[in-house]
Amino acid sequence: MRRNFLGLLGKAWLALILVFLYAPILVMAAMSFNASPFYQLPFEFSGAWYQDMMANEQIFTAAARSVLIAAATTVLATAFGTSASIALFRYDFRGKRILQVLLFPPIAIPWLITGTAMLIFFFTIGIGRGTPAVLIGHVALALPYVIVTVSARLSSFDITLEEAARSMGASSWTVLRRVTLPWIAPGIVAGGLFAFAVSFDQFVVSYFLSKPGDTTLPVLIYTSIRKGFTPEINAVSTIIIVLSMAVMFLAARYSRFGGER
Amino acid sequence: MSRVEVSNVTMEFGQTTALDDVSIAFEDGGFFALLGPSGSGKTTLLRTIAGFYFPKSGTIRIGDRNVESVPVEKRDIGMMFQNYALFPNMSVADNIGFGLRVRKVPAAEEKKRISEALDLVQLGALANRRPSQLSGGQRQRVALARAIVTNPKVLLLDEPLSALDKTLRVDMQIELKRIQREVGITTIFVTHDQEEALTLSDRIGILRNGRIVQAGPPREVYDRPVDEFTAGFLGEANWLSASLLEDLTLPAQVDGHRFGTRPEALRISADTPDAGQNAVRGQVRQRIFAGAMATCLIDVGGSQWKLIARDRDIPELPGDGQVWVSWSPEDTLVVRA
Repeated sequence: MRRNFLGLLGKAWLALILVFLYAPILVMAAMSFNASPFYQLPFEFSGAWYQDMMANEQIFTAAARSVLIAAATTVLATAFGTSASIALFRYDFRGKRILQVLLFPPIAIPWLITGTAMLIFFFTIGIGRGTPAVLIGHVALALPYVIVTVSARLSSFDITLEEAARSMGASSWTVLRRVTLPWIAPGIVAGGLFAFAVSFDQFVVSYFLSKPGDTTLPVLIYTSIRKGFTPEINAVSTIIIVLSMAVMFLAARYSRFGGER
Repeated sequence: MSRVEVSNVTMEFGQTTALDDVSIAFEDGGFFALLGPSGSGKTTLLRTIAGFYFPKSGTIRIGDRNVESVPVEKRDIGMMFQNYALFPNMSVADNIGFGLRVRKVPAAEEKKRISEALDLVQLGALANRRPSQLSGGQRQRVALARAIVTNPKVLLLDEPLSALDKTLRVDMQIELKRIQREVGITTIFVTHDQEEALTLSDRIGILRNGRIVQAGPPREVYDRPVDEFTAGFLGEANWLSASLLEDLTLPAQVDGHRFGTRPEALRISADTPDAGQNAVRGQVRQRIFAGAMATCLIDVGGSQWKLIARDRDIPELPGDGQVWVSWSPEDTLVVRA
């Protein structure tokens, strides 16, 4: 009896959490299909906002830029981060500890501060605002995430596997490709997803570093809201959410697959 | 298959000298055990021969080639690691075939050689398994097959049996010896288990503090150890105090030497032993029965001796425990003082 009650309470609590997490998102998604531009009920189904969105070239270019920057960030941060992790794992050098400790603060420093610092820095060295600055900034933000996830995976790697491969005549490159990388692949994928998410969701740093009128999707959404809320934005946001969730499902499946090895 | 020769090799890690002017030769086709306590440099010597470390000075020859500055992957060795180091993401066959693929052996020949290697270690049925699906002994066989499938010049084994339990270890010793004979490969084997070294190898080398203390056939090293350390490391020894030496027949000058015996060389008797035997008086402290064998702990001139004999060869002991302990003069151990 008591047990049933507690079980019920637990389920209710879980439901509450899910409502807390998903209600705003569901409301937004619903409103993107509501005909009224002022969020008026009763709900009346309409695909008009999606049509508007499709016709809005600004949204399209911003979205394309966002995806492009996120993809480039993923590739660069994953490549740099993975090689950095392997170097940190394999070699002992002066200042290694300091370097490892210095990797973590950027995760904790508020993006607002990092963004300001980057803006000042890029102006000082002459890069200025624009897509290159945004890309460099995103890579810098994403790098620690990649290093942390790949290093976590590497910490369970048995270095004698590399020695064994070398004893059989494999060159460093073959060892890396055939032995080390397959082992850390799940970590690299997870790090890459982090990097994509950090870049694609990035508002603060993008806002500071991008040129006006030449922005990423989150910045465009923000500026549109300031001008006046249109349900078009709901439509964009809904699509982003669906895509993000799809990516996360894939990631979950992949990492389980990787964990089996 | 080749002779391996290490000459005057010194190896340092920072301030510590891991190998101190080591010279030793490993004959073609021989089974050689490197034995020593931890930190003696035996693993360092093996890894230096493998090419994981480059010596500070000295030369290493494998066959007719000087390799001291050649990296591991170019030395043409086979190595087996303590934890086997099988690739977890590859099947048994792919693990064994790794070195063949690296050498770009044609696919048909690769397949043939993998199956020959699998037959040699009697694992033919498990080619498609993953290492995680194998038992400890099976993993060991895969590691061995992987190490020899490329026909390397020398096989290096780094404590390969230490992860197995006792019974499996004895089986694998026999197996390892059989395969080594069949393949005829020069084998160098690191172990801290002296029984394993004596059982398996044609020659053993004892290391201590980065130096080779003694090298030779197992029986010779056991019977004629050069110093107290080697005598104690390969087995047990009782040492004669100076006051006991007078009436004994000794094979060498007393000056500069110490004398002792192996526990199993001793006989115990209540009566005076035959002339011609070395004999000392002793007081039995304890007689430990262990089935076929028995151990006696005897106080001889103030130091505790150990005697091991078949239980039936030890006579009824007198009430006061006073006995004669005797041995043949040629069984006396002579070491550097």
